[in-house]
Amino acid sequence: MHLFVQATIVGILFGGVYALIASGQAIIFGVTRTVNFAQAIFTILCAYLSYTLFTDFGIDPFLSILVLVPAMFAFGIGIYVLLLRRLSRSGAELGLLVLYGLGIGIQGVLDFVYKTNTQVITPSYANNSWTVAGYQIPEVRFFAFLLAVAVLGTLQLIRQRTKLGRALRATTQNPVASRLLGVDVERISAIGMGLGVAAAGAAGGVFGMILPFNGNTQYDLLSKLLSIAVLGGLLSMPGTIVAAVILGVVESVVAATISPDWSAFSFLVVLFAVLIIRPQGLFGRRLRGAL
Amino acid sequence: MTRPGPHSRIRPAGTIQAVAFVAVVAVLPLVTGQHWLVSLLVFTVMYAGLASAWNLLGGYAGYPALGHGAFFGVGAYAMAIGTSHLGVGGGYRPFVLIVPIAVGTALVVLPIARLLLRTRAAAFAVLSITLMFMVQTLAYNIRSLTGGSSGLIVPLAPFPAATFERPFYYAMAALLALTLAVCWVVRTSKLGLALNAVRDDEDRARGLGVQTELVKLVAFAVSAGLTAAFGAVWAYYISFLYPGFAIDPLLALGAILMAFLGGRRTLWGPVVGAALIGPAQQYFAYRFGASQLYLVAYAALFLLVIYLLPEGIVPSLARRLRRLRRASPAAATHDQVATDSIFSAGDLG
Repeated sequence: MHLFVQATIVGILFGGVYALIASGQAIIFGVTRTVNFAQAIFTILCAYLSYTLFTDFGIDPFLSILVLVPAMFAFGIGIYVLLLRRLSRSGAELGLLVLYGLGIGIQGVLDFVYKTNTQVITPSYANNSWTVAGYQIPEVRFFAFLLAVAVLGTLQLIRQRTKLGRALRATTQNPVASRLLGVDVERISAIGMGLGVAAAGAAGGVFGMILPFNGNTQYDLLSKLLSIAVLGGLLSMPGTIVAAVILGVVESVVAATISPDWSAFSFLVVLFAVLIIRPQGLFGRRLRGAL
Repeated sequence: MTRPGPHSRIRPAGTIQAVAFVAVVAVLPLVTGQHWLVSLLVFTVMYAGLASAWNLLGGYAGYPALGHGAFFGVGAYAMAIGTSHLGVGGGYRPFVLIVPIAVGTALVVLPIARLLLRTRAAAFAVLSITLMFMVQTLAYNIRSLTGGSSGLIVPLAPFPAATFERPFYYAMAALLALTLAVCWVVRTSKLGLALNAVRDDEDRARGLGVQTELVKLVAFAVSAGLTAAFGAVWAYYISFLYPGFAIDPLLALGAILMAFLGGRRTLWGPVVGAALIGPAQQYFAYRFGASQLYLVAYAALFLLVIYLLPEGIVPSLARRLRRLRRASPAAATHDQVATDSIFSAGDLG
């Protein structure tokens, strides 16, 4: 029982990081109707960048977020303007392949620059933890969770309380009607893409402190992000967050009680089980269209 | 259906294409004795087949399948386990296993396909690749059967060293011919029309009485079974399996790239795409290893194809030819039908 609770605590804390990355993916899907197959490699890219900032310049990974978030925001807008905008007429399904291809290209560049050894960012507090009522709470995971809550809270405030947020939600619901009502859909989609990629930027550093990574780790993370996306219903922010925390907990509990080998697999089983009952995911609506 | 006359499914030009294609493919490996060249041909023919098999589901039915690496891997591991554990014997005998492997994969995949096909578009793409990750995890974890991350050795084939690749080449070529024949039958039958309708508007097709569930399942199972058959030959050829290589996310991406370049939804498009990209891919891998620059070149090519040739070579050429013919009416009277069917582009039916 102690083991179970301990694993659940650790799982919820890391589930926050998954929620952060996957929410970015959900925002991007909302405005572009494209599943961002490159969200995983964006996260790894930021993990590498904060690794460099830490080892070469001594900047703490939590501080490097202040640089990485704006940089990734601009990067996301650039991708939308250069790659995705042109596809909007010929079908968003193509965008998925474009981002997948882009992700593989970025992996190639990362492998070239950083070689393929796995890295992990190790600041002085990397292995510290507090003991609360007999349970270990790792400091890095705790702060990572706080960061995720802060960023997700900010995103939610933007979405619910600002004019930009209203335009974002309108574009997600119905781009054509939004355009008729005076929303600059292209601009909003670019900003949405920027916000989504920036979420990966915010998560990269903490991801790199918690899990060892290299370019090829993108597939591991990608499979998790995609599972979260489908389980959460692709568009829904609450659905994505719930699915991400479930993934974190299932993964951690299975790793602690059965074997780490099966932790990712167990979540995929959960995913397929849910799909038998609800093909649209936990919170999703039916989608139509084809490649 | 062998009605004679202009309505027959078998057209003279099509027959000429088929015969010429078989002749070229049969003679190619005899031209050169260079091992690396023949090996390159083996992989090119394999990719032509994989891209054509993908086309059944991803092209004709319009379901963006990204996880064909799973079926390829299942075929490969089935071959390895069949030869090493079941004692099928060496030499040409393992080739016999291809048939049960293909049929078995097609049948086993049915319930999974039924589940996946409840989703569409992006969700289907995501689930198909998720399935591939599941199979890869199984290959890593069921060590008693697959050897896990230390890999699995298939007994080396006892073929003469000078022509070692030939049996594998002809096995791949025979499978390619079979795949193209299946594609041709699908295109010229009611099944092709039904898949076409599913791609255009699945809900309306169902409303009009098309058995959408059934045709989707058939396309999925046949596509998966053929892919597994190629995996089986591949396993015997390279004689060493490792989960990361046998079940590779890049396999489906390669097949898709070739289908896009040549023209998805066309019969010859995937073959044309594979003929152009396959050798380049092998050369890159040979030249740079499975390394970083290879991935960058691959990604760049992928983006170039999607942005510069979104329709693919075969449909673009077909349109250009049609325009030429319209420009010179004298030529148009000659063999309208023949030229149309050489580049059987665009939609079916």
